[in-house]
Amino acid sequence: MNSVVKSPKDSKLSMSYLTVGFIAVFIGAICGLLQGLVRGGVIELPSFINYYQLLTAHGVLLALVFTTYFIYGLLFAGVSKTMGALSDKARSIGWIGFWVMTIGTICSTIMIILGEASVLYTFYAPLKAHPLYYIGLALVVVGSWIGGAAMLMHYSGWRKKNSGKLSPLFGYMTTATIILWIVCTIGVAISVLFQFIPWSFGWADRINVLLSRTLFWYFGHPLVYFWLLPAYIIWYVCIPKIIGGKVFSDSLARLSFVLFILFSIPVGFHHQLTESGIPEGWKFLQVVLTFMVITPSLMTAFSLFATFETTGREKGARGLFGWLKKLPYNDVRFFAPFMGMLFFIPGGAGGIVNASHQMNTVIHNTLWVVGHFHITVGTPVVLTFFGVTYWLVPYLTGRKLTPALNRAGMIQTILWSVGMFFMSTAMHILGLFGAPRRTAYSTYQDNPTALEWFHGFFAHYTTVALGGTILFIAAMMMVYLFFHLAFFAPKAENDIEATEFPIGEVAEHAYTTPRILENWKVWIGIVVVLILIAYTIPVTDMITHAPAGSPPIRTW
Amino acid sequence: MHRSEKVWLTLSFGMIMLFMLATGYQSYALEMGPPSNMETIDPQKVDQTAPFDNPGVKQIGDNEYEVVMTLQVFSFNPGKLEFPAGSTVHFTLTSKDVVHGFQVANTNINAMVMPGHIQKITQKFDKPGEYLVLCNEYCGAGHQMMATTITVK
Repeated sequence: MNSVVKSPKDSKLSMSYLTVGFIAVFIGAICGLLQGLVRGGVIELPSFINYYQLLTAHGVLLALVFTTYFIYGLLFAGVSKTMGALSDKARSIGWIGFWVMTIGTICSTIMIILGEASVLYTFYAPLKAHPLYYIGLALVVVGSWIGGAAMLMHYSGWRKKNSGKLSPLFGYMTTATIILWIVCTIGVAISVLFQFIPWSFGWADRINVLLSRTLFWYFGHPLVYFWLLPAYIIWYVCIPKIIGGKVFSDSLARLSFVLFILFSIPVGFHHQLTESGIPEGWKFLQVVLTFMVITPSLMTAFSLFATFETTGREKGARGLFGWLKKLPYNDVRFFAPFMGMLFFIPGGAGGIVNASHQMNTVIHNTLWVVGHFHITVGTPVVLTFFGVTYWLVPYLTGRKLTPALNRAGMIQTILWSVGMFFMSTAMHILGLFGAPRRTAYSTYQDNPTALEWFHGFFAHYTTVALGGTILFIAAMMMVYLFFHLAFFAPKAENDIEATEFPIGEVAEHAYTTPRILENWKVWIGIVVVLILIAYTIPVTDMITHAPAGSPPIRTW
Repeated sequence: MHRSEKVWLTLSFGMIMLFMLATGYQSYALEMGPPSNMETIDPQKVDQTAPFDNPGVKQIGDNEYEVVMTLQVFSFNPGKLEFPAGSTVHFTLTSKDVVHGFQVANTNINAMVMPGHIQKITQKFDKPGEYLVLCNEYCGAGHQMMATTITVK
């Protein structure tokens, strides 16, 4: 598997995706810093910038643009590495996807900068942005379908050439991720194409607000699994190799990805628990399905620590926890994702609180939620992606991750972790005290309850600003290191010096993988059934018993 | 599957089942479920539609009140409410324009108020004090100004 020769043409495609991703980090992180400082009362914005404009840019550029571009860059590199160079046709389709996405991204970003789209990335109908904002985002989605199709073509080509053989784990997991993405983005695509675009042009007078929110969250929750699954690919496939161990179980890894496809989609109502117009029973059904999707994450946690322990013991560790000392903490390729894993423990626990039906009313739309997604996507996923950058970029550009660059990466990881610790802890606590999310600086006319949010140590907006500032420094370091690794790091002179794309081998004692796991028709069939069960009746009801819709409004 | 894996999955899945049962029990037996009212209204005719043609506070029993309230950029109507301690208050809410949030800090009141939909939520106020009411769903440039108070005496 490792003998596959690297394809320079595929590398160029991957690097293009990654580069746009890190440009998005650069702009998005500046917005994030300003938001933190405004909210903490440290600075005031000049009159030509609106807080909610920054908030929209931060969300779109980091949650949608950076993640999608990074994931595509990584997955294209991984399928090229494990299943051979892309065919010319698949690569061309990959490029078409890249350009469609990029035109869309530029279009939406310009509308945000012009102040024509301060509606946040969740749309919030009946707030109406400029039609080009919606068209831009539609192009991002369509572009991602085109790019995704290229990867699916590559996978099915591999299977035709290697009939009867088990596909490489990386290729299998990529396929699962793309399938999840296509199934979930259909919801937001329907909403944008048939609701927002005609309505924003004035072709339709009114919009069905509840339906638009439901279609958004049908997409919005699996979106977080679209971010998480590529991080899990790294944890399952690459981390074992980096720490000098083996993949604990191929079948367990594949099973967990199948469970993610099944249970991460029919759960969007848990973002709408406090909304009217959705019967409580249907909310509860989706809460139950949400609880199901915890299982594959717990399987992943087990598998990871099993790999860590097995590897540590093979290196001579003794005692119950001796293996913890054998992990390569000074290797940024391991250390960054490992810090992410630690953050995912409170992150996942907080997620269970959020999903717990009536308990959700304690934290819904408070700053707690912002703290939550910064220690889920913002740390486990992002630190894994950063950790990947340190080897993927030199791998793709034929350069070396020198010891000095590794040290810089370690410092960058520590800064990110420290900044996130302060920011997310403060956000969680402030949220429990009632501080709302997505709100500019306010003391609510010096209301005593709101003034308390400026007292204490962790329960203090300034702690959010402080953590945000440290995170900003870490983000700028990362952007610099990305470009340094891409253009200035020393070239690898020969194969021995070349940076490796770490692909773990499966442990000998692992059980053989059941073939049903690779039968996509079965899994897609089951997820369609689950989606129909969870959504058909409430959505039909939303359409047939819809109130008069809402006309477009601009309130910023 | 390995034995330790079975133990881990049994324990963790058992824990999830417990959470689920507790959540279901609280929602259905104790009626603590989230606000999910199903009535609708024409969002452009709120002022002409009962009960929102006459927003305000009405006493409907001993220590029991009904509040009919509209939310609009960037205010609550009526605002600055007052109740005696121990009051049970039933809120009936709708929006005249965009989606707003109705959150009362230090209580479990937290509901989305959407144009076209009527939201209902009930709360008993035992502890005296001034409660901060705020909009927690982004609604426009003045979103951070949208607040009022409930005073419990």
